[in-house]
Amino acid sequence: MRPVKFSRSPLLSQRLPAWRQRLLLGLLLGGFLVLLGRSVYLQGINNEFLGDKGRARYERVIEISATRGRIVDRHGDVLAVSTPVKSVWAIPEDVKLSPAQSRDLSKMLDLDVRDLNRKLAADRDFVFVKRQIPPELATQVAGLKLAGIHLQNEYRRYYPAGDVMAHMLGFTGIEDKGQEGIELAFNDQLTGRAGSRRVIKDRRGNIVEDVESIHGPQEGKDIVLALDSKVQYLAYASLKKAITEHKAKAGGMVVLDARNGEILALVNLPTYNPNNRNRLAGAQLRNRALTDTFEPGSTMKPFTAALALDKGKVRFDTPIQTSPGKLTIGSATISDAHAHGLLTVAQVIQKSSNIGAAKLALSMTPAEMWEMFDHIGFGSPIKLGFPGEVGGRLRPAKYWKPIEQATMSYGHGISVTLMQMARAYQVFARDGDIVPLSLTRLDNPPPAGEQIFSAQTAREVRAMLEMAVQPGGTAPKAQIPGYRVAGKTGTAHKLEGGAYANKYVSSFVGFAPVSDPRLIVAVMIDEPSAGKHYGGEVAAPVFAEVMAGALRTLGVGSDAPLKPLQMANVELVKEGM
Amino acid sequence: MARLNLILLIIAVGCALSAVSSTHRARKLFIELESEQKRMRDLDVEWGQLQLEQSTWASHARIEKIAREKLGMRPPLPGQIISVDADHGGTSTVVGGAR
Repeated sequence: MRPVKFSRSPLLSQRLPAWRQRLLLGLLLGGFLVLLGRSVYLQGINNEFLGDKGRARYERVIEISATRGRIVDRHGDVLAVSTPVKSVWAIPEDVKLSPAQSRDLSKMLDLDVRDLNRKLAADRDFVFVKRQIPPELATQVAGLKLAGIHLQNEYRRYYPAGDVMAHMLGFTGIEDKGQEGIELAFNDQLTGRAGSRRVIKDRRGNIVEDVESIHGPQEGKDIVLALDSKVQYLAYASLKKAITEHKAKAGGMVVLDARNGEILALVNLPTYNPNNRNRLAGAQLRNRALTDTFEPGSTMKPFTAALALDKGKVRFDTPIQTSPGKLTIGSATISDAHAHGLLTVAQVIQKSSNIGAAKLALSMTPAEMWEMFDHIGFGSPIKLGFPGEVGGRLRPAKYWKPIEQATMSYGHGISVTLMQMARAYQVFARDGDIVPLSLTRLDNPPPAGEQIFSAQTAREVRAMLEMAVQPGGTAPKAQIPGYRVAGKTGTAHKLEGGAYANKYVSSFVGFAPVSDPRLIVAVMIDEPSAGKHYGGEVAAPVFAEVMAGALRTLGVGSDAPLKPLQMANVELVKEGM
Repeated sequence: MARLNLILLIIAVGCALSAVSSTHRARKLFIELESEQKRMRDLDVEWGQLQLEQSTWASHARIEKIAREKLGMRPPLPGQIISVDADHGGTSTVVGGAR
């Protein structure tokens, strides 16, 4: 056998060319460099994009819903609350319903089958089948397992007090945004902001890990109103009764806390049910106490008297001649309902004499009067944040003619809202100052008021106003057993197309108890047409009923002997108009 | 040397297993937390609904109607009110008491 000599292999003895070796080395090196570059690119430069893509495979962003805040009254009773409901929506293209299925669905949703089919045949990508159905019903709909029919979470606002507080609270639109009243004025605080967070879900849909909170949900804040729902109901029920009794067109009432300017009640009639706003007319929606102005009539007189007292023109008992019941200024004549003869300033207010008020007014300059009206807030809106608040009419003093100055002294030729009037009466209920009104409950003492009249003047006018509700005044029917009451009636002809029509606005503004005033109540009844129209007959009894009930509810101590009132045969002094 | 390696290996495996089990426990607890939070939200919703129901039942109009019609109640007459001074031990002072 021939030995093989490997070392002498002819193949091995042939040397390879050196370039092949280098080429191979170069190729391998190049390959590695490419790999290295690619990995640097993926791991370093493009890392974020890829990381995001990767996380997107297993992370989910879910929304955390936030509810709109509740509105509660001063005692914490719920006045408005949002609760979840479902809305049924569909992608019409995906919906394939058998006739039996559409019958089931329409029956469940209380829809007409034809309506349902028309909705589902619409040439759109998205239709609401029915909005805001109760969650239990939604579960049934989901149970049908119909293709293309989906459910979505929404919130619906409920107002348990219904029409009693409609104007105060207002309402929200279907998108849960405030549209009227408190809902609008406090929309920013009430609105919750939905949050979202990133989570990892497992195969069964459970959240297994919280990755991050993108932004936390912000729940809507609850609003605690100054409103007292008992007082509000009392005001509503009494006003409603009076409006029916006197066949009036409309009415309004405001109850204020004289100590700190809180609004305890605000009623307007006619009203509406905020839970069912299908047939809503403009007249029902009007928040009259804030948006409608009227010529107040005699409720204005105390301000004229106070100014005259404050300026030192007259004293409490300065006599004023009002005989013979007529007074001609320029070409116009003003008159009293009765000729009264010689009256003191106090009696001018007690008996509500137009001529007395006019004479007081003419002892002052227009600028002085304008300044006083402006200071107590007439002519400019109160700015509570309600839609449509108006300021009323107060013309600049330099355009006043003497007759205008005279009529303004008893509330004609000037217009105000009921809320402005109630607010202005603070000067008499308090010691001559006005504090800002508050819709929300005040837990701290109110800010310092603006002093309008001296405390002495305020007390004197308060005494005059107390005389007005006693026998011999215009409103003995405003008396309440057990409490000393003060107030002033107003009866004004309505302006229609620039002329005074034979229609009236009866009003009464007053406060009690006189020894330490706690509540201010202002009542306005528009066009009473069942025979009576004097403020002392129409508005004063409503005032008395609400004031008596409210004082009892609030536990205010009585400051007068509790004896049955004697007023059966007292002839009512008719006020001037 | 080989023994040390073995011990280290056992320790490493032990650590890995405990990491797995604690992650699992964390996830289970997290799911529990989630469901409790959901329960909290549900209860909150229910509370709102109950408040709504309560204020519907307790509406003043309804109370007044029942008080007047079913129970035959009426507001007290002026002479029937006795005022009590809560600040001074509740000694009652009859205001205009005897009729």
